[in-house]
Amino acid sequence: MSAELFFVQLVNGIQYGLLLFLIASGLTLIFGVMGILNLAHGSMYMVGAYLVWYFAAVTGSFTAAAALSAVIALGLGILIERLLIQRLYNRNHLDQVLLTIGMIFVFNALQSILWGNDPHGVSVPDALSGSIPFTDNSSYPIYRIFAALVCIGIAAALYFVVSKTRLGMLIRAGESNREMVEALGVNIKNLYTIVFAIGVMLAAISGIIAAPIRSIVPGMGESVLITCFVVVVIGGMGSIKGAFVGALLVGVISTFAAVLIPSMSNMIIYIFMILVLLVKPQGLFSK
Amino acid sequence: MNRTKTLARAILATTLCAGLSTSALAAAGDPIKIGLMLPFSGIYAQLGEAGRDGLKLALKEKVSELHGSPIEFIELDTEAKPSRAPELASSLLNQHKVDFVIGPVHSGVAMGMIKMLRGKDTIMIIPNAGSAAATGPLCAPNIFRTSFSSWQPSYPMGKVALEKGYKKIYAISWNYGMGQESLDAFEESFTAGGGEIVKKVLLPFPSTNFQPNVSDIADQNPDAVFTFFAGGGAIKFVKDFDAMGLRGKIPLMGSGFLTEGTLTAQGDAAEGVMTGLHYAEQLDVPKNHEFREAFNTEYGHYPDIYAVQGYDAGQAITNTVNLLKGDISDKQAVISIMEGLIIDSPRGAFTFSKAHNPIQNIYLREVKDGVNVVQSIAAEALEDPARGCKL
Repeated sequence: MSAELFFVQLVNGIQYGLLLFLIASGLTLIFGVMGILNLAHGSMYMVGAYLVWYFAAVTGSFTAAAALSAVIALGLGILIERLLIQRLYNRNHLDQVLLTIGMIFVFNALQSILWGNDPHGVSVPDALSGSIPFTDNSSYPIYRIFAALVCIGIAAALYFVVSKTRLGMLIRAGESNREMVEALGVNIKNLYTIVFAIGVMLAAISGIIAAPIRSIVPGMGESVLITCFVVVVIGGMGSIKGAFVGALLVGVISTFAAVLIPSMSNMIIYIFMILVLLVKPQGLFSK
Repeated sequence: MNRTKTLARAILATTLCAGLSTSALAAAGDPIKIGLMLPFSGIYAQLGEAGRDGLKLALKEKVSELHGSPIEFIELDTEAKPSRAPELASSLLNQHKVDFVIGPVHSGVAMGMIKMLRGKDTIMIIPNAGSAAATGPLCAPNIFRTSFSSWQPSYPMGKVALEKGYKKIYAISWNYGMGQESLDAFEESFTAGGGEIVKKVLLPFPSTNFQPNVSDIADQNPDAVFTFFAGGGAIKFVKDFDAMGLRGKIPLMGSGFLTEGTLTAQGDAAEGVMTGLHYAEQLDVPKNHEFREAFNTEYGHYPDIYAVQGYDAGQAITNTVNLLKGDISDKQAVISIMEGLIIDSPRGAFTFSKAHNPIQNIYLREVKDGVNVVQSIAAEALEDPARGCKL
């Protein structure tokens, strides 16, 4: 592999990793704070992609569609938490898994009823549709660079909110001792609703950003969910920092594997996960 | 853990029942039982629906050929999951005792079905899955196919590539039956004519993270790329290829599924893509025009290749029932009638080979303004070699 190709692939890997982080961050945030294992997280990613496809076709503007979809996802997150998830806080993980698996079926059915089963694509917004010359023969799509920058921006914002703001303080407090936070007069119910809704919105935003570079097909949520779990398990369940490092590692490793040993590329990330778990059974950044 | 298992079973059972409830109970007379094993959910859901719609259209149009026998449908959702195939096929065979099984879309599912149905009294008609084995080593008197073998659309493309002057080809697909066999068929005719495959990549199915490989193609700079992808993967690959700035620099060729049902989503990125297939929507055959209008009247949208294949499976049934005057109790008679059929397909009439695969034309198509435009007949009345079939 030439140095040039190595560099291109490294960029590919980081870009893929950043997108994985965006999806995984919501999953790990919800688990870390609320202890909820949300298997329907991938469905939220799918919902984001389908919404942006639908609204882009209706409004003709990707930006408007993206904003609209993100807001709807936030609302959906609040609704799901209030109607369903709230009943599960005192139940065990098996009950949570059952409910959220059920949600996967419901969302897939809704997708099929509302939008049919044809594969769809969203065009890249005009302002970002160009590409910049990269090597002699190829150029790098601007949209992919933009997507990576958005992911970095959201990662930074997430870091800021969690570590520097009052909301973040409450989130961290809620993570370590729910009863104590409640005793101090904080409305933990509302806090949980906010966290869950943000988690859902993060997944939907990843779907929105990924929509122009991925195909929008039934079942897209499940395939992402599994990779997402690998990321979160490698990073340590509940750790956002872990999700960031895990996502970049998985992104870069699977990119190089796809080129160097294509037939085994899917397996490599699982092997990597096993190796990490052998050394650190709780993941890299577990608490 | 026992609880989890029980629950998983309960869920499975519920899904099964949901699939079964769509079938009406038999009316008076001897109904012809048709079991459908198609994906109605998951990544290939749209293909499953198209196949079913085509099939039902044929049975509706040709109701007079059925000599008064009512039709009973039993529809099962395979979800395109091979692991479910044997169980579903066995329920159609033993529990429902169907006369015909129509399915599947996915080649992996086909293997599971064939395992159960091979040599049995039920006739299996495959309306899509192109796995070579189905009409190759695993061929059987009761297994027919109205679609294609993986070899058929790809083999003529090797010659097309040579005629266009391409010497070095980068071949890429998914690492499963259809993907491997498509690349092998292309390689067979391409290398025989002096071409060279500079790199052959088989990615895990159904991964669609193509960016690393598209970067690799740019680095290798071949004369052209040959590929098999379908559905969501086809959209993604064509778009990634374009976004990397390779469209217009490196020609993209493929087995026809690269641009079937995906052109709207692919948009401009698909312009100029060359593919080989046994059908094209704009194919100028009277039967095709007729079929397209009839389908549109029935369902409110125009049919695709998967609907054509389903339609031809339906025609195979009605033609056979007609020739047997409605009595299909003798399965040997059914098989020998089917073997002699000439199916008046929208793709042009075809017959079945000894291995029960269509002998059909393969058209070279090129995407122009969002349509697969037929350029030429890449191979006329092409018969699959049916390697390993002893029929």
